[in-house]
Amino acid sequence: MNDKVIPIHSEPTGAFEYISTKKDELIGWARKFSLFPYPFVTACCAMEFMAVSSTPYDTDRFGAALPRFSPRQSDLLMVVGTINHKQAPILLKVYEQMCEPKWVMAFGACATSGGFYQNYATVLGIDRIIPVDVYIPGCPPRPEMVIDGIMKLQDQIAHERHPILTKGF
Amino acid sequence: MSDAVFDRVRSGLGDLAQDAAVSHGVLVINVAPAGMLPLVRGLKASGFDMFLDVTAVDWLGQAPRFEVVWHFYSTTWKVRVRVKTRVAEEQPEVDSLVALYGSAAFMERECHEMYGIRFRGNNDLRPLLLYEGFVGFPLRKDYAKEQEQPLVPYREGFQ
Repeated sequence: MNDKVIPIHSEPTGAFEYISTKKDELIGWARKFSLFPYPFVTACCAMEFMAVSSTPYDTDRFGAALPRFSPRQSDLLMVVGTINHKQAPILLKVYEQMCEPKWVMAFGACATSGGFYQNYATVLGIDRIIPVDVYIPGCPPRPEMVIDGIMKLQDQIAHERHPILTKGF
Repeated sequence: MSDAVFDRVRSGLGDLAQDAAVSHGVLVINVAPAGMLPLVRGLKASGFDMFLDVTAVDWLGQAPRFEVVWHFYSTTWKVRVRVKTRVAEEQPEVDSLVALYGSAAFMERECHEMYGIRFRGNNDLRPLLLYEGFVGFPLRKDYAKEQEQPLVPYREGFQ
Protein backbone atom coordinates (compact mmCIF):
# COMPACT_ATOMS: atom_id res chain seq x y z
CA MET A 1 0.00 0.00 0.00
CA ASN A 2 1.05 3.55 -0.65
CA ASP A 3 1.14 5.56 2.53
CA LYS A 4 1.39 8.90 0.84
CA VAL A 5 -1.51 11.20 1.44
CA ILE A 6 -2.40 13.63 -1.27
CA PRO A 7 -3.26 16.94 0.34
CA ILE A 8 -6.53 18.51 -0.72
CA HIS A 9 -6.50 22.29 -0.71
CA SER A 10 -9.79 23.64 0.34
CA GLU A 11 -8.55 27.21 0.44
CA PRO A 12 -8.14 29.13 -2.85
CA THR A 13 -4.51 29.68 -3.84
CA GLY A 14 -5.15 32.30 -6.48
CA ALA A 15 -3.50 30.36 -9.29
CA PHE A 16 -5.54 30.09 -12.50
CA GLU A 17 -8.80 30.55 -10.72
CA TYR A 18 -9.94 33.12 -13.25
CA ILE A 19 -8.46 35.07 -16.12
CA SER A 20 -9.31 38.52 -17.33
CA THR A 21 -8.86 39.76 -20.88
CA LYS A 22 -10.41 41.93 -23.54
CA LYS A 23 -12.68 40.58 -26.23
CA ASP A 24 -10.53 41.86 -29.10
CA GLU A 25 -7.37 40.40 -27.58
CA LEU A 26 -8.96 37.03 -27.00
CA ILE A 27 -10.40 36.78 -30.49
CA GLY A 28 -7.21 38.13 -32.00
CA TRP A 29 -5.17 35.54 -30.14
CA ALA A 30 -7.47 32.78 -31.38
CA ARG A 31 -7.53 34.01 -34.96
CA LYS A 32 -3.81 34.58 -35.33
CA PHE A 33 -3.12 30.92 -34.59
CA SER A 34 -5.75 29.53 -36.93
CA LEU A 35 -4.76 30.93 -40.31
CA PHE A 36 -6.07 28.74 -43.08
CA PRO A 37 -4.16 29.75 -46.22
CA TYR A 38 -5.55 29.56 -49.72
CA PRO A 39 -2.54 29.23 -52.03
CA PHE A 40 -3.16 31.16 -55.26
CA VAL A 41 0.00 29.90 -56.90
CA THR A 42 0.77 31.09 -60.41
CA ALA A 43 4.51 31.15 -61.05
CA CYS A 44 8.01 30.14 -60.00
CA CYS A 45 7.55 31.36 -56.39
CA ALA A 46 5.59 28.10 -56.05
CA MET A 47 8.92 26.32 -55.51
CA GLU A 48 9.62 28.44 -52.47
CA PHE A 49 6.04 28.04 -51.30
CA MET A 50 6.55 24.25 -51.41
CA ALA A 51 9.73 24.67 -49.37
CA VAL A 52 8.05 26.82 -46.73
CA SER A 53 5.09 24.48 -46.40
CA SER A 54 7.30 21.41 -46.00
CA THR A 55 8.46 19.82 -42.76
CA PRO A 56 11.82 21.57 -42.12
CA TYR A 57 10.17 24.99 -41.81
CA ASP A 58 7.03 23.70 -40.09
CA THR A 59 4.56 26.55 -40.47
CA ASP A 60 2.19 24.55 -38.26
CA ARG A 61 4.00 26.26 -35.37
CA PHE A 62 2.09 29.35 -36.42
CA GLY A 63 -1.14 27.51 -37.11
CA ALA A 64 -0.76 28.32 -40.80
CA ALA A 65 0.12 24.97 -42.31
CA LEU A 66 -3.17 23.53 -43.49
CA PRO A 67 -4.09 24.85 -46.94
CA ARG A 68 -7.77 24.96 -47.83
CA PHE A 69 -8.46 24.65 -51.52
CA SER A 70 -11.80 26.34 -51.27
CA PRO A 71 -11.81 30.11 -50.76
CA ARG A 72 -14.92 29.74 -48.59
CA GLN A 73 -12.99 27.81 -45.95
CA SER A 74 -9.87 29.94 -45.86
CA ASP A 75 -8.96 33.27 -44.32
CA LEU A 76 -5.47 33.98 -45.67
CA LEU A 77 -5.11 34.47 -49.43
CA MET A 78 -1.48 33.81 -50.37
CA VAL A 79 -0.86 35.20 -53.86
CA VAL A 80 2.31 33.40 -54.95
CA GLY A 81 3.65 34.58 -58.28
CA THR A 82 2.99 36.89 -61.20
CA ILE A 83 -0.59 37.99 -61.84
CA ASN A 84 -1.39 39.08 -65.37
CA HIS A 85 -4.35 41.01 -66.66
CA LYS A 86 -6.04 37.91 -68.04
CA GLN A 87 -5.91 36.32 -64.59
CA ALA A 88 -6.92 39.35 -62.54
CA PRO A 89 -10.70 38.68 -62.73
CA ILE A 90 -10.11 35.17 -61.32
CA LEU A 91 -8.06 36.53 -58.42
CA LEU A 92 -10.72 39.11 -57.64
CA LYS A 93 -13.44 36.45 -57.71
CA VAL A 94 -11.50 34.19 -55.33
CA TYR A 95 -10.95 37.12 -52.97
CA GLU A 96 -14.63 38.03 -53.01
CA GLN A 97 -15.64 34.43 -52.30
CA MET A 98 -13.63 34.38 -49.06
CA CYS A 99 -15.58 35.01 -45.87
CA GLU A 100 -14.66 37.75 -43.41
CA PRO A 101 -12.31 38.01 -41.62
CA LYS A 102 -9.74 37.65 -44.40
CA TRP A 103 -6.18 38.70 -44.99
CA VAL A 104 -4.03 38.83 -48.11
CA MET A 105 -0.31 38.10 -48.43
CA ALA A 106 1.63 39.22 -51.50
CA PHE A 107 4.32 36.54 -51.80
CA GLY A 108 7.37 37.61 -53.79
CA ALA A 109 8.38 40.57 -55.93
CA CYS A 110 5.87 39.93 -58.73
CA ALA A 111 2.78 39.81 -56.52
CA THR A 112 4.07 42.85 -54.63
CA SER A 113 4.96 45.14 -57.53
CA GLY A 114 5.01 43.24 -60.80
CA GLY A 115 8.65 42.39 -60.22
CA PHE A 116 10.86 42.96 -63.23
CA TYR A 117 7.92 42.93 -65.61
CA GLN A 118 6.53 46.08 -67.11
CA ASN A 119 4.58 45.18 -70.19
CA TYR A 120 1.15 44.68 -71.71
CA ALA A 121 0.49 41.49 -69.74
CA THR A 122 1.45 41.97 -66.10
CA VAL A 123 -0.46 43.58 -63.23
CA LEU A 124 2.08 45.79 -61.43
CA GLY A 125 1.23 44.54 -57.95
CA ILE A 126 -1.93 42.82 -56.74
CA ASP A 127 -2.76 45.78 -54.51
CA ARG A 128 -4.14 47.44 -57.62
CA ILE A 129 -6.94 44.88 -57.50
CA ILE A 130 -7.34 43.70 -53.89
CA PRO A 131 -6.17 45.11 -50.53
CA VAL A 132 -2.95 43.55 -49.23
CA ASP A 133 -2.02 43.12 -45.56
CA VAL A 134 1.56 41.86 -45.75
CA TYR A 135 4.13 42.10 -48.54
CA ILE A 136 7.05 39.68 -48.77
CA PRO A 137 9.91 40.88 -50.99
CA GLY A 138 12.37 38.60 -52.76
CA CYS A 139 12.65 36.83 -56.08
CA PRO A 140 11.83 34.33 -54.73
CA PRO A 141 11.70 35.04 -50.98
CA ARG A 142 13.53 32.67 -48.67
CA PRO A 143 11.35 30.55 -46.36
CA GLU A 144 12.63 32.56 -43.40
CA MET A 145 11.23 35.71 -44.99
CA VAL A 146 7.86 34.04 -45.46
CA ILE A 147 7.83 32.96 -41.81
CA ASP A 148 8.73 36.52 -40.85
CA GLY A 149 5.81 37.70 -42.96
CA ILE A 150 3.45 35.26 -41.24
CA MET A 151 4.64 36.51 -37.82
CA LYS A 152 4.15 40.13 -38.85
CA LEU A 153 0.64 39.28 -40.02
CA GLN A 154 0.00 37.55 -36.70
CA ASP A 155 1.09 40.69 -34.84
CA GLN A 156 -1.28 42.70 -36.99
CA ILE A 157 -4.17 40.32 -36.33
CA ALA A 158 -3.48 40.34 -32.59
CA HIS A 159 -3.65 44.13 -32.41
CA GLU A 160 -6.57 44.88 -34.68
CA ARG A 161 -10.26 45.26 -33.87
CA HIS A 162 -12.36 42.13 -34.14
CA PRO A 163 -15.99 43.19 -34.24
CA ILE A 164 -18.34 40.30 -33.58
CA LEU A 165 -21.44 41.89 -34.97
CA THR A 166 -20.80 43.57 -38.27
CA LYS A 167 -23.06 46.09 -39.88
CA GLY A 168 -24.57 43.75 -42.40
CA PHE A 169 -24.90 40.83 -39.98
CA MET B 1 26.78 15.65 -93.53
CA SER B 2 24.54 18.68 -93.06
CA ASP B 3 26.49 20.52 -95.76
CA ALA B 4 25.65 17.80 -98.27
CA VAL B 5 21.97 18.06 -97.34
CA PHE B 6 22.05 21.85 -97.62
CA ASP B 7 23.75 21.66 -101.03
CA ARG B 8 21.09 19.31 -102.25
CA VAL B 9 18.29 21.54 -100.88
CA ARG B 10 19.90 24.64 -102.38
CA SER B 11 20.26 23.09 -105.81
CA GLY B 12 16.61 22.05 -105.69
CA LEU B 13 15.38 25.55 -104.89
CA GLY B 14 15.71 26.82 -108.46
CA ASP B 15 14.74 30.46 -108.82
CA LEU B 16 12.26 30.44 -105.90
CA ALA B 17 14.76 31.73 -103.37
CA GLN B 18 16.21 35.23 -103.42
CA ASP B 19 19.28 33.93 -101.65
CA ALA B 20 20.24 30.98 -99.46
CA ALA B 21 23.25 30.74 -97.18
CA VAL B 22 24.32 28.67 -94.20
CA SER B 23 24.48 30.67 -90.96
CA HIS B 24 25.41 29.04 -87.62
CA GLY B 25 24.59 25.59 -88.95
CA VAL B 26 21.16 26.61 -90.26
CA LEU B 27 20.29 27.10 -93.91
CA VAL B 28 18.70 30.55 -94.19
CA ILE B 29 16.50 31.11 -97.25
CA ASN B 30 15.12 34.52 -98.19
CA VAL B 31 12.06 34.35 -100.36
CA ALA B 32 9.43 36.69 -101.80
CA PRO B 33 5.98 36.35 -100.13
CA ALA B 34 4.47 34.86 -103.29
CA GLY B 35 7.18 32.18 -103.53
CA MET B 36 6.95 31.05 -99.91
CA LEU B 37 4.23 28.42 -100.29
CA PRO B 38 5.80 26.55 -103.26
CA LEU B 39 9.17 26.71 -101.53
CA VAL B 40 7.84 25.17 -98.30
CA ARG B 41 6.01 22.55 -100.30
CA GLY B 42 9.33 21.62 -101.88
CA LEU B 43 11.06 21.57 -98.49
CA LYS B 44 8.43 19.24 -97.09
CA ALA B 45 8.82 16.92 -100.05
CA SER B 46 12.60 16.84 -99.57
CA GLY B 47 12.38 15.67 -95.95
CA PHE B 48 11.70 18.71 -93.75
CA ASP B 49 8.74 17.08 -92.09
CA MET B 50 8.56 19.04 -88.82
CA PHE B 51 7.22 22.56 -88.44
CA LEU B 52 9.07 24.21 -85.55
CA ASP B 53 7.95 27.80 -85.38
CA VAL B 54 6.59 30.85 -87.11
CA THR B 55 7.25 34.30 -85.73
CA ALA B 56 7.84 37.82 -86.96
CA VAL B 57 10.38 40.61 -86.59
CA ASP B 58 9.29 44.24 -86.54
CA TRP B 59 11.88 46.40 -88.32
CA LEU B 60 10.27 49.71 -87.39
CA GLY B 61 11.27 52.44 -89.81
CA GLN B 62 12.21 50.11 -92.65
CA ALA B 63 10.12 49.22 -95.65
CA PRO B 64 8.80 46.57 -95.92
CA ARG B 65 8.37 46.69 -92.17
CA PHE B 66 7.77 43.09 -91.08
CA GLU B 67 9.86 40.00 -91.57
CA VAL B 68 8.03 36.69 -91.10
CA VAL B 69 10.31 33.81 -90.10
CA TRP B 70 9.61 30.07 -90.24
CA HIS B 71 11.74 27.22 -88.95
CA PHE B 72 11.61 23.66 -90.22
CA TYR B 73 13.38 20.54 -89.05
CA SER B 74 14.16 17.29 -90.83
CA THR B 75 13.84 14.26 -88.59
CA THR B 76 15.71 12.27 -91.27
CA TRP B 77 18.71 14.57 -91.78
CA LYS B 78 18.62 16.22 -88.29
CA VAL B 79 19.08 19.72 -89.74
CA ARG B 80 17.11 22.94 -89.61
CA VAL B 81 16.05 25.40 -92.28
CA ARG B 82 14.97 29.00 -91.72
CA VAL B 83 12.71 30.71 -94.25
CA LYS B 84 12.29 34.49 -94.20
CA THR B 85 10.08 36.84 -96.12
CA ARG B 86 9.32 40.56 -95.86
CA VAL B 87 5.78 41.99 -95.86
CA ALA B 88 4.64 45.59 -95.84
CA GLU B 89 2.87 47.35 -92.99
CA GLU B 90 -0.14 48.19 -95.18
CA GLN B 91 -0.83 44.57 -96.02
CA PRO B 92 0.90 42.22 -93.54
CA GLU B 93 -0.35 39.03 -95.14
CA VAL B 94 1.29 35.71 -96.00
CA ASP B 95 0.01 32.27 -96.91
CA SER B 96 -0.98 29.90 -94.12
CA LEU B 97 0.82 26.57 -93.77
CA VAL B 98 -2.01 24.78 -91.95
CA ALA B 99 -2.77 22.65 -94.99
CA LEU B 100 0.83 21.38 -95.01
CA TYR B 101 1.59 21.26 -91.28
CA GLY B 102 -1.36 21.01 -88.85
CA SER B 103 0.78 22.25 -85.98
CA ALA B 104 1.11 25.62 -87.69
CA ALA B 105 -2.43 26.59 -86.62
CA PHE B 106 -1.63 27.56 -83.04
CA MET B 107 1.63 29.33 -83.90
CA GLU B 108 -0.02 31.35 -86.62
CA ARG B 109 -2.69 32.39 -84.13
CA GLU B 110 -0.01 33.58 -81.72
CA CYS B 111 1.90 35.41 -84.45
CA HIS B 112 -1.33 37.07 -85.56
CA GLU B 113 -2.29 38.38 -82.12
CA MET B 114 1.23 39.55 -81.23
CA TYR B 115 2.31 41.13 -84.55
CA GLY B 116 -0.90 41.45 -86.57
CA ILE B 117 0.37 39.26 -89.40
CA ARG B 118 -2.58 37.76 -91.26
CA PHE B 119 -2.31 34.20 -92.55
CA ARG B 120 -4.29 33.67 -95.72
CA GLY B 121 -6.11 30.34 -95.45
CA ASN B 122 -6.11 30.07 -91.64
CA ASN B 123 -9.74 30.63 -90.71
CA ASP B 124 -9.21 30.46 -86.94
CA LEU B 125 -7.13 33.50 -86.00
CA ARG B 126 -8.84 34.14 -82.63
CA PRO B 127 -6.58 35.40 -79.81
CA LEU B 128 -4.69 32.56 -78.17
CA LEU B 129 -2.82 34.11 -75.22
CA LEU B 130 -4.44 37.53 -75.10
CA TYR B 131 -7.95 38.16 -73.87
CA GLU B 132 -10.98 39.28 -75.82
CA GLY B 133 -11.17 43.00 -76.30
CA PHE B 134 -7.42 43.57 -76.35
CA VAL B 135 -6.67 46.43 -78.75
CA GLY B 136 -3.44 46.51 -80.73
CA PHE B 137 -0.51 44.15 -81.21
CA PRO B 138 1.72 44.11 -78.12
CA LEU B 139 4.97 42.85 -79.67
CA ARG B 140 5.07 45.55 -82.34
CA LYS B 141 7.76 48.09 -81.58
CA ASP B 142 5.30 50.99 -81.58
CA TYR B 143 3.18 49.46 -78.79
CA ALA B 144 4.14 51.44 -75.66
CA LYS B 145 5.59 49.10 -73.06
CA GLU B 146 3.69 50.70 -70.17
CA GLN B 147 0.33 50.61 -71.95
CA GLU B 148 -2.02 48.45 -69.87
CA GLN B 149 -5.49 47.20 -70.73
CA PRO B 150 -6.80 45.93 -67.39
CA LEU B 151 -9.95 43.81 -67.24
CA VAL B 152 -10.59 44.64 -63.58
CA PRO B 153 -11.04 48.28 -62.49
CA TYR B 154 -8.14 49.37 -60.30
CA ARG B 155 -8.67 50.28 -56.65
CA GLU B 156 -8.73 53.89 -55.53
CA GLY B 157 -5.37 55.60 -55.87
CA PHE B 158 -4.13 53.38 -58.68
CA GLN B 159 -6.01 54.84 -61.65
